[in-house]
Amino acid sequence: MIDWSGYLGLILQGALVTVQLTVMGCALALVMAFLAGLGRLSHYAAVRWLATAYIEFFRGTSIFVQLFWAYFVLPLLGFDLTSMQAGVLALGLNVGAYGAEAVRGAVQSIGREQFEACVAVNLSRYQTMRHVILPQAVILMLPTFGNNAIELLKATAIVSLISLSDMTFQAQVVRAQTGNTLIPFATILVLYFAMAMTISAGMRWLERRLTRGLDGVRS
Amino acid sequence: MTAAIIKIDKISKSFGVLKVLDDLSMQVRPGEKLALIGPSGSGKTTILRILMTLEQIDGGHIEIEGEQLYHMPKNRSGLVPADERHLAKMRQKIGMVFQLFNLFPHKSVIDNVTLAPRLTKHVSRPDAEKRAMELLDMVGMADKAKNMPAQLSGGQKQRVAIARALALSPKIMLFDEVTSALDPELVEEVLNVMRKLAAETDTTMLLVTHEMGFARDFADRVLFFDRGKIVEEGTPTEIFSNPKQERTQAFLKKIIAAGHRV
Repeated sequence: MIDWSGYLGLILQGALVTVQLTVMGCALALVMAFLAGLGRLSHYAAVRWLATAYIEFFRGTSIFVQLFWAYFVLPLLGFDLTSMQAGVLALGLNVGAYGAEAVRGAVQSIGREQFEACVAVNLSRYQTMRHVILPQAVILMLPTFGNNAIELLKATAIVSLISLSDMTFQAQVVRAQTGNTLIPFATILVLYFAMAMTISAGMRWLERRLTRGLDGVRS
Repeated sequence: MTAAIIKIDKISKSFGVLKVLDDLSMQVRPGEKLALIGPSGSGKTTILRILMTLEQIDGGHIEIEGEQLYHMPKNRSGLVPADERHLAKMRQKIGMVFQLFNLFPHKSVIDNVTLAPRLTKHVSRPDAEKRAMELLDMVGMADKAKNMPAQLSGGQKQRVAIARALALSPKIMLFDEVTSALDPELVEEVLNVMRKLAAETDTTMLLVTHEMGFARDFADRVLFFDRGKIVEEGTPTEIFSNPKQERTQAFLKKIIAAGHRV
């Protein structure tokens, strides 16, 4: 008979790594999404070009290859990253490229009349974005951001390939040590699902909070 | 005659092949209430949008209080196109109210009014709110200060939009068909606010409207536009009771036939 509590502890340690990767990856992805998404709307052609190049490159190449570059190739160029740093970098940059398109699309879907109202009250371009356009656009980005965050969570499993002991990595360790396949993999299946549900619920809560008052219901 | 507050000198504007303003010149005196009337597509709204810097001009010059709007002086000789800073400075003199209100839907009524003074003039929140409440009181919306725009009727939204524009104390107010999108029973409450504004302030007001009855009572001078040119101008009585140009007569006839009172 196998004593599962110790092995479960291993998987939970891995779960912590997965959560860390997800949170930090999402933070980087969010920053990149806004930088590149707004960059594509810049008045400066060079900024637009740079943002487009970033988005197309990271959407157009495999996240596996990006991860291997971050972990195996960058050290050859003098950038030594820990496996955690490499994981966060690859996940954040990759998912940020998708998020950037959500940012651009949401900003562009805000009607021209809102921009014109800002000109009429003499707001600068920055003030217009910061106080009028983005607060409305963020609500439109949230569903896509929720999808992206869940995608990122599931993509964290690839870091086991650079021997970072995330949840998937630990499940394989447990499987190797116990010879049991069903229990470790069933456990991580449930844990991934629970994490994804948590993200969904958080996003729904955020959406409700931010749309309060916009529909005419007294807040 | 006092110096013109707005001096438009031979401006032209095309959208693609369509020429909306053709070598147009006009002047407005300080405090004057001016009504711009004419068929749709005649260029009257475009003039307001150009004054608010929402459209660029293709040629010509505009002066506001003796200062170039779209140009700035350079090296004592000649003019260069204005940069964003110059435009921002000039925009302080001008406010605009739109046909579709264009309130900020994510901000409460009072925040709609205080946002620009706080950001562009660095007025403190209490001062901005005090002034906003005075303006909301003037437009009869003080009791809705905490509401969101989505909770208001069209007429109420438009009155808030007027207060928002006034909060920056512009010398010139532009009204672009501000009652066209309203249900008929809500038109009067907005027009009343404008009458009050005209009576209580010496703000220069330019009004694009299809409300001929209101234009008649309200305006010092009426300009009739057609195909990018001013066809006829005069006092309300001259234009509405005794139009000289054939095109003015035809337009007014059509308006009366459509059920508008003149």
